[in-house]
Amino acid sequence: MSVSQFIELSSLIALVLLSAALLLSIVRIAIGPTLADRVLALDLMTVVAMGFIGAIAIRTGLTLYLDIAIAIALLGFLATVALARYILRRGLKEDAAMEAQSK
Amino acid sequence: MRDIVLCLGGGLLILGAIFTLIAALGVIRLPDLYTRMHAASKAGTVGGGLILLAVALVSLDAAVALRALIGILFLLLTTPISAHLLARASYLAGHDLGESTVRDDLKTRLEQNSRS
Amino acid sequence: MNGIFLGVVLALIWAGITGNFSGLNLLFGGVIGAGAILLLRYSLQQRGTLRRAGKAISLGLFFLVDLMMSALRVALIVLRPDIRSAIRPAIIAVPLTVKSDAEITLLANMITLTPGTLSIDVAEDRSVLFVHALSIKSDAELIDGIKNGFEARIGEIFK
Repeated sequence: MSVSQFIELSSLIALVLLSAALLLSIVRIAIGPTLADRVLALDLMTVVAMGFIGAIAIRTGLTLYLDIAIAIALLGFLATVALARYILRRGLKEDAAMEAQSK
Repeated sequence: MRDIVLCLGGGLLILGAIFTLIAALGVIRLPDLYTRMHAASKAGTVGGGLILLAVALVSLDAAVALRALIGILFLLLTTPISAHLLARASYLAGHDLGESTVRDDLKTRLEQNSRS
Repeated sequence: MNGIFLGVVLALIWAGITGNFSGLNLLFGGVIGAGAILLLRYSLQQRGTLRRAGKAISLGLFFLVDLMMSALRVALIVLRPDIRSAIRPAIIAVPLTVKSDAEITLLANMITLTPGTLSIDVAEDRSVLFVHALSIKSDAELIDGIKNGFEARIGEIFK
């Protein structure tokens, strides 16, 4: 097996594993149970998206994708900070009320 | 030499993907919010960092490698901050610790403050 | 002296991010770095940084090893079938000896990325750091680990 084939295969394996990770974090976003759990899963999802972009950058050889990966990581950080402030302000009571309403 | 670096990059890519998958698995399997944060912050950071490192190795280009290393640095700086902010916000908002929790020093401290 | 060193580092980082090490781009990075240092000059008024660079690098290596260990430990716990019996979560109050904002920030960040711990809150009087542990054996052991590991090393760098 040549080296380029190995890289091709390993990026394929990585993409499959990352797909499974993306699916699991989407399951956590869907089942909740609280807003904080969903924010946590979203945070993980940005890391998984970054991994996807990295794997695709290796697969296609276009290292320009790396900039997008870094930008997504920073964007995910800012989103989590904003949502954490929102959780702090809103408290738990409205969360429970909203859960009850959606049922 | 070139082949060794490339193979190492491929191996790191798979390892990073495995760690990311474990982080997602932990977020699903662990019983309460705070323990889930452990999985997402630690395994997530290592997974993402290893994948960026793999990009740095496979690219065989100093400029790209340096950018990837700076990306890893950003990741190491930002993930703990966001995990800490989320943990603090949800604790102060009143999210319960899981029932398996054995001890809570912060609760006793907050009660003391509100009494005094 | 310190500002110039920082400016050169910032210019190099700028050149690294833009992927262009030409003279003009380095100069541009230097100008932007100088602007940033000018804006932050009051919060950067600290003692010489060059001397402690060696210790900071050794702390960085120590930290990277710890980070890998912690990810492996979390991975092993997550992969266990009897997950509920494997974890013993708790919030522990860890007394702080380091006092400045920068030290506490660095310590809290590193605690979050090291085995089995996650920093949650700092007491208002900065005497105690509240840490969430994934599976504790004894609280004294955890406090000792933080005190002799990171806190001692960070204290050395900022002394």
